[in-house]
Amino acid sequence: MRLEFKKRAAPSRVATWLAPVAAFALTLATGALIFLSLGKDPVAGLYYFFVEPLTVAWSLEELVVKMIPLALIAVGLCICFLSSTWNIGAEGQFIVGALAGSSVPILAPWLDGPAMLPLMLLAGFAGGMAYGLIPATLKVRFGANEILTSLMLVYVAELLLDWLVRGPWRNPDGFNMPESAPFPASGRVPAMPFMDVDRLTIAIIITVAAAIIVQFVLSRTLFGYSVRVGGIAPRAARFAGFDANRTVLWALGLSGGFAGLAGILEVAGPIGQLRPAISPGYGFTAIIVAFLARLSPIGCLAAAFVLSLTYIGGEGAQIAMGLSDKMARVFQGILLFFALVCDAFVFYRVRLVTARTGAAPS
Amino acid sequence: MLRAEKITKRFGDLVANDALDLAIDAGEIRALLGENGAGKSTLVKVLYGALQPDSGRIIFDEEVLRIANPSAARALGIGMVFQHFSLFEALTVAENIALALPSGRGLAEIARDLKELSARYGLPLDPATPVGDLSVGERQRVEIVRCLMQDPKLIILDEPTSVLTPQESDELFAVLRRLAEEGRAILFISHKLDEVRRLCHSATILRHGKLIGTCDPRKVSKGELSRMMVGEAVADIEVSPPMLGETALELRGLSMPAAGDFSQALHDINLIAPAGLVTAIAGVAGNGQSELFDAISGERLAPDDDMILRRGRPMGHYSINTRRFLGAAFVSEERLGHGAVPSFSLSENVILTHGVTDAMLARRGIIDWSTADDIREDACESFDVRRGVPNPAAGSLSGGNLQKFVVGREVVRQPDLLVINQPTWGVDAAAAAHIRATLSELARKGATVVVISQDLDEIFEIADQVAVLSEGRLSELIPRAELDREHIGLLMAGETSEAVVAA
Repeated sequence: MRLEFKKRAAPSRVATWLAPVAAFALTLATGALIFLSLGKDPVAGLYYFFVEPLTVAWSLEELVVKMIPLALIAVGLCICFLSSTWNIGAEGQFIVGALAGSSVPILAPWLDGPAMLPLMLLAGFAGGMAYGLIPATLKVRFGANEILTSLMLVYVAELLLDWLVRGPWRNPDGFNMPESAPFPASGRVPAMPFMDVDRLTIAIIITVAAAIIVQFVLSRTLFGYSVRVGGIAPRAARFAGFDANRTVLWALGLSGGFAGLAGILEVAGPIGQLRPAISPGYGFTAIIVAFLARLSPIGCLAAAFVLSLTYIGGEGAQIAMGLSDKMARVFQGILLFFALVCDAFVFYRVRLVTARTGAAPS
Repeated sequence: MLRAEKITKRFGDLVANDALDLAIDAGEIRALLGENGAGKSTLVKVLYGALQPDSGRIIFDEEVLRIANPSAARALGIGMVFQHFSLFEALTVAENIALALPSGRGLAEIARDLKELSARYGLPLDPATPVGDLSVGERQRVEIVRCLMQDPKLIILDEPTSVLTPQESDELFAVLRRLAEEGRAILFISHKLDEVRRLCHSATILRHGKLIGTCDPRKVSKGELSRMMVGEAVADIEVSPPMLGETALELRGLSMPAAGDFSQALHDINLIAPAGLVTAIAGVAGNGQSELFDAISGERLAPDDDMILRRGRPMGHYSINTRRFLGAAFVSEERLGHGAVPSFSLSENVILTHGVTDAMLARRGIIDWSTADDIREDACESFDVRRGVPNPAAGSLSGGNLQKFVVGREVVRQPDLLVINQPTWGVDAAAAAHIRATLSELARKGATVVVISQDLDEIFEIADQVAVLSEGRLSELIPRAELDREHIGLLMAGETSEAVVAA
């Protein structure tokens, strides 16, 4: 008896829709088992994790707030992963984007005025882009594996942020706390108008717009086409006359840029200043978002919402049931695992072959 | 010796084998004839235990049995030589053979047996040579000897001559005849009718998974065999006298270093391809065909700009798309992953070669999908590409249909230079005839057509002039009137033009 995986002629349409749902259901089932083994009530555990955050206005707002960086980073990662360039360092590009954007109010406070915020966002995007171009250049020039270089640069970025907020950029009036000065009002992302919110900013509009634009670029432009061809058939891309190195530079540069934009929107938004820790691992979780969305930028919005739920639910379960805050990470990992497993069913037909079905009647 | 009765094998909706019967006796050389996709490989895999039939039975030596897997087949005395070799290049001949045998036999013992077999059948092989140093013909010899080491009663050969020169094929046939005289049965899979008529005592002919009939190929005309195989008379191409035009493509001392370990360097290649002619490059695969294609297409740029000239102007440094802008079109040998992206739809695959050069298709970088659909329909209709839905994924088409599409995609741009590598590789006879007719017609209308092909029949059918590529060197051009199989075969085997003329 054995399992046979047969490649489908075309991806199954039903499975394409069913796979993310099945992945989520399997994650819930596995989660229930984990709660049981911890001696907790699985029903209550799943309730606090996945239902309770949806019932309160405060946590609904917080869900969207956390979804923004996840979605924005993941939108950029879609470009990168579709081209088979593996940027694992979005966390670092997020931080460097935040630093580059923050440098405007910190180093040039005289720019106070309507130009301040646009300049910060621009600097954030450029900073993330430049940081993403480091592993891209190393790959193109020296053939260095971008998985390793982009990941290692995350730790460089974290230490850089730590040094800046404890050293040169520390708030002189901040009682020696490791924080920058709070940004002036002109350097803050405005809250969503016409809504009774205090942490949700117009960054959500930027994020949705980014998802729509990137979706359009990928599906309707020659550049998007070159990215997709380069990712699945490098030889065909060469036949089409696309330059593989250029694609790597653009892919890592753009995904770094979106991560950087997410970084500055976070520090100039809900946080309002630089701190030693500005991200609970958004850059890594966004990898899960991108794959759960099957590398569709619009899909990233929905997937980011689901992953955001694990963050908020994790906090809720920690408070209500005394669970470790690491449970959120466990759920994210399980979700990624099942998302990838269920994807196999989209491209393969699975059949159980027993001695009887495989044999010829004789 | 072996009888297969009512073998049926389905893959989903496709019936690859529909109640097929096959019988082969000791001492018999039987051909299994059919076009690509006729079900030959499926039937053979069933006999070799690599596939299990949905119904039907196999009788071997008067015994009904189930062949569970290839090693069971080998234990019964059924050996197989595959079209694609499964040899480790870094290991020696003896080591490669040892790997395939049941363990427990020392290398020295194997080397001794191998020498004995080599001598008996006239298959010279040195046990200590690494396989990487052997020619294609010699590698096939290793496969055959490896099969013989197990003293098989039935030997199955899957298109064994597709990689051989005519001379190498003759040597192989001599060996096969001797094996048959010893009382072994040989099942010879091929679609080359001349070979089958020379070698085989009997033939089983398949078409679309069904048994069409059996016959004695020595007593049946080639045309009749071909009709049984294809099911329709293959239209003969009308050859009108060529109109010789200006020199449209010239290679002048083109040399390229090898791109990697498995790549062939090109040495001082000179070629003049005038407009209005089909210029064919013959040669056994792996002698620099893909490297030459890459250089002419611009996928790899030539070291010097004036090594490749277009209407007398250097273009060795132009990118592939600049060359397309100037009216060139290219069809690569490998369809999947090179000429087409398997998971992309046909319209998306139109963008692959038209996207950058067709201003209507991508205005300011934004793709106009309806134009892509129009080009797709043009290509599919003029080449009769059969598809279930209007815009299927390229990978879901059969090899022949996809080839028709990638050729059609380039022909609809009305190129004045078309370079095509292995135009009818894996394509059924009717489609191949259509593709060849199109190439001839394109040339007659004044385009320059360069065909790189291993198929001598094809070359004799359409070429106005031929040069032979061997180990990265190109022979002198031979005009159509002076074409001669023997001559070309010797050039393919690496003899220089002077030596061939002297002989």
